[in-house]
Amino acid sequence: MNDQTRIDQDRAERTEKLQGMGCKRKRVEDIRFTQGKGSYVDDLKLPGMLFGDFVRSPHAHARIKSIDTSRAKALPGVIAVLTAADLKPLGLHYMPTLAGDVQAVLAEEKVLFQNQEVAFVIAVDRYIASDATELVDVEYEALPCIVDPFKSMLPDAPILREDIQDKMTGAHGPRKHPNHIFEWMIGDKEATDAVFANADVTIKEMLVDHRTHPSPLETCQSVASFDKVKGELTLWGTFQAPHVIRTVVSLISGLPEHKIHVIAPDIGGGFGNKVGAYAGYVCSVVGSIVLGVPVKWVEDRMENLSTTSFARDYHMTTELAATKEGKILAMRVHVLADHGAFDACADPSKWPAGFMNICTGSYDIPVAHLAVDGVYTNKASGGVAYRCSFRVTEAVFAIERAVELLAHKLGMDAAELRIKNFIKAEQFPYQSALGWEYDSGDYHTAMKKAMDTIGYKELREEQARKREAFTRGETRELMGIGISFFTEIVGAGPAKNCDILGIAMFDSAEIRIHPTGSVIARMGTKSQGQGHETTYAQIIATEIGIPADDIMIEEGNTDTAPYGLGTYGSRSTPVAGAATAVAARKIKAKAQMIAAHMLEVHEGDLEWDVDRFRVKGLPEKFKTMKEIAWAAYNSPPPNMEPGLEAVNYYEPPNMTYPFGAYFCVMDIDVDTGVAKTRRFYALDDCGTRINPMIIEGQVHGGLTEAFACAMGQEIRYDEQGNVMGASFMDFFLPTAVETPHWETDHTVTPSPHHPIGAKGVGESPHVGGVPCFSNAVNDAYAFLGAGHIQMPHDAWRLWKVGEKLNLHQ
Amino acid sequence: MIPGAFDYHRPATIEDAVTLLASLGEEASILAGGHSLIPLMKTRLASPDHLVDLSGIGNLKGITVAGGDIVIGAMTTQFELIASEDLARHIPIIAETSRLIADPQIRYKGTFGGNVANGDPGNDMPALMMALGATYRVHGPDGGRDVAAREFYHGAYYTALEHGEILTSVRIPVPPAGHGYAYEKLKRKVGDYATAAAAVVITMAGGTCTSASIGLTNVSETPLWASEASALLVGTRLDKPSVDAALAAAEAITNPASDMRGPAEYRTKMAGIMLRRALERARSRTEA
Repeated sequence: MNDQTRIDQDRAERTEKLQGMGCKRKRVEDIRFTQGKGSYVDDLKLPGMLFGDFVRSPHAHARIKSIDTSRAKALPGVIAVLTAADLKPLGLHYMPTLAGDVQAVLAEEKVLFQNQEVAFVIAVDRYIASDATELVDVEYEALPCIVDPFKSMLPDAPILREDIQDKMTGAHGPRKHPNHIFEWMIGDKEATDAVFANADVTIKEMLVDHRTHPSPLETCQSVASFDKVKGELTLWGTFQAPHVIRTVVSLISGLPEHKIHVIAPDIGGGFGNKVGAYAGYVCSVVGSIVLGVPVKWVEDRMENLSTTSFARDYHMTTELAATKEGKILAMRVHVLADHGAFDACADPSKWPAGFMNICTGSYDIPVAHLAVDGVYTNKASGGVAYRCSFRVTEAVFAIERAVELLAHKLGMDAAELRIKNFIKAEQFPYQSALGWEYDSGDYHTAMKKAMDTIGYKELREEQARKREAFTRGETRELMGIGISFFTEIVGAGPAKNCDILGIAMFDSAEIRIHPTGSVIARMGTKSQGQGHETTYAQIIATEIGIPADDIMIEEGNTDTAPYGLGTYGSRSTPVAGAATAVAARKIKAKAQMIAAHMLEVHEGDLEWDVDRFRVKGLPEKFKTMKEIAWAAYNSPPPNMEPGLEAVNYYEPPNMTYPFGAYFCVMDIDVDTGVAKTRRFYALDDCGTRINPMIIEGQVHGGLTEAFACAMGQEIRYDEQGNVMGASFMDFFLPTAVETPHWETDHTVTPSPHHPIGAKGVGESPHVGGVPCFSNAVNDAYAFLGAGHIQMPHDAWRLWKVGEKLNLHQ
Repeated sequence: MIPGAFDYHRPATIEDAVTLLASLGEEASILAGGHSLIPLMKTRLASPDHLVDLSGIGNLKGITVAGGDIVIGAMTTQFELIASEDLARHIPIIAETSRLIADPQIRYKGTFGGNVANGDPGNDMPALMMALGATYRVHGPDGGRDVAAREFYHGAYYTALEHGEILTSVRIPVPPAGHGYAYEKLKRKVGDYATAAAAVVITMAGGTCTSASIGLTNVSETPLWASEASALLVGTRLDKPSVDAALAAAEAITNPASDMRGPAEYRTKMAGIMLRRALERARSRTEA
């Protein structure tokens, strides 16, 4: 073994010991999760704690004639029953939403959706609270309701929001009708219309991304504990954004922010459901402030599915114009957005339709125009980003279905059409027609790798044979090949256009190196299962050369963590991950000065070597980070303050734009409508990969939720506004049995503006997966002239397609 | 999803259970495996004041061969049905059906008696028991009586059981050796009730069907025994016209609800498709 080999080997060993970026480090949080030792809100038991439960409306739209709480209050064990009349004097019967609207905490004069909160019973245990809800007598006068968003703005539509009836200017401009929320437009309408007027080929289709729900395994819940003597409130809750919750609680309660302690303990999944503020949080806080003892509120499954935060419900009239050779010239989209009874979408404040304007996708489309109308209906409010950045699943669904429809009309192969229109690698950074600057991408390379791996040509040949066999009556199965080439937009976001209630969407990391060389890092984000405790430590390990196992990551306590905007929209890695790297680099810079002092050389004479600074040309003269940490507290250089810590609040210069190429092969039993996914291949490019195992896990999870949404998951209402199937009996949450096998792959195109080049991945598989499944189903029936088939693609709906096409004997 | 208050009773004998039920009156419910009743209680669709748990009664479990019949105790779990060698040998369709009920965890707790007795049209065993010509043994204040499975189901959750009566065992005649059988169930996911399901037991001789019995699950207020469809198959070679005629007869007696599993017309058609597939599989399994 020569010297260089020995040096390389030594370096490799030290690198491996760090468990830094790029390695498949096992998730440290799983030690407690797999043993049932996680600590969730509902695990919290405080002395004297009371329990709250809601009286909910059976009607979708009704006037409240009277509420009589006397029978409930008479039940032994009931401590209090809150109604809007109790909250109104405190100004708390309505709360502000993230979208600039207000939302009823407890219904005052009207109920606007089924299961809306009407009264909050507080009792000594959960069972008595639940019993007492049946003893609150509410007299309703039923009113005509609106379930179909296309009927919201009819001249004779019943007015839903009487509280804002006269306010014809909303948070996002003028309102055209009392049931109208906003109209939001972007792009060049005139130029777009002109292209459409003269185009060789156009397609136009109403693409519905139906209403569903994120449905995390742990429902929403909170425990509020108000200390009357200190005037301090501690609030434990399922919060994806604990600091924002603290600010909101301060604003609506009038308590100073430093006297509010918000703690998000372990969270059992969020997927966007736990970003907003809910009536249950407010009622537990009010209950505790009034009664001076802790009050717990825990949502049950049916409450979760039917009240807190639906997703989607976007009705997208989507048009493409192209040359007959298949070059896309323009895109035009109008969205009718059903926001339910209150506009409680969790978007950055200036973006009432989220980032829907990423809908030009991965294609170089010269001009485009997008208009979105938001309307009220008698349904639960929400409109959250369900495992995606804001409205990005909707946007990608629109473009990825539209290119398939265009390919079909042109008689072109859908993959070929995409390749023809891709933004080219040399065009990045790319300015999209609807206002985004895509940071980096290499779509052609990713698509080629995906097509070669899946054997695209052979699959199309097999499909042609199967179609012939089907036509001859030899098989009752249809084969569909689904493609999706998505571009996401994540990591909100730059202060110039992203804020939540006026707070810029930065995020933060505070890193402290202890004298013995171990580390605690506190973050402004909050993991709900993403594995932050594992991956942030890997970034720090690589940046400053301390083993990940010696680094503890802490999140969720607003007293100790630096202010951050939380975890959703795949922003943790793009924003807080960047803050982590920048803070670590500040520490490293100080460490270099200390090392120079220790080694009695100039800083510039040192070079970094995995976990140490060494003197250039003298590899045996070095100081490890561990030694430097000790020196930072023991003998720092003269005039340098002791200690080794740093904080960074990172404001990203741009979003990041992960992308990927997905392929799905599906076989559909025409007689039952049952669709079986034979293969699903997902190639993701999320830039620099921090932990390949966690990425793979994220892709598996996101694809599973995409599979669910496309193939059957929905929140449906009947004509009376009754919410249908809001339990796990009906709501499609796939088990391991139904879930397809996932094949994962990747390319790496780092983000040029991110300190470590990472882009975020947690939501890509969902965003790319939904249209891929839907395209597979649509592709299966396309040759029979089916036209666009709406989601969800559950068995009975596909059977109906077969009926319409006369495929059944 | 929080149940109302109730008192819990765990008698040690059938006689004690019957006496308890008589004294507690209409607001008492019988608890077997609990996988139908407890979800109803958690959604407060059922709020019994008393639960009479049968799990303390020793002799309600077990599978015995008695002459040409097999007798299954009401508290025998679905898992025990799947594990039984006697059933595998004599009436394998029972294990095949059990495997399609819920998931393994529920099958460890869920009981055969509960499945047949509570009258939920979504349960799988009732249609199968009708197809097999089973007889239910029932104990009440006036002693015991037998009720044919085909006479037992009157409406959704409404059966021949009088209040205070307990279904204690099921006697099933063993089908002839070499019979063909199949249970075909269409469901949306593991744990779901059937969109539609069909149980088929047939015998064949020289290519001709010599007996046929068909049960249909979850396509009406009650499980269905498709007697006319069954009769149409006997004496045929199970050729396409005969099967088509049987399917039409079977579909004609369905009256499913439209629900999240699909509209009524779909569920009726799926009853036919499940029947066609069950017949094909049953025929392939006959040894004659």
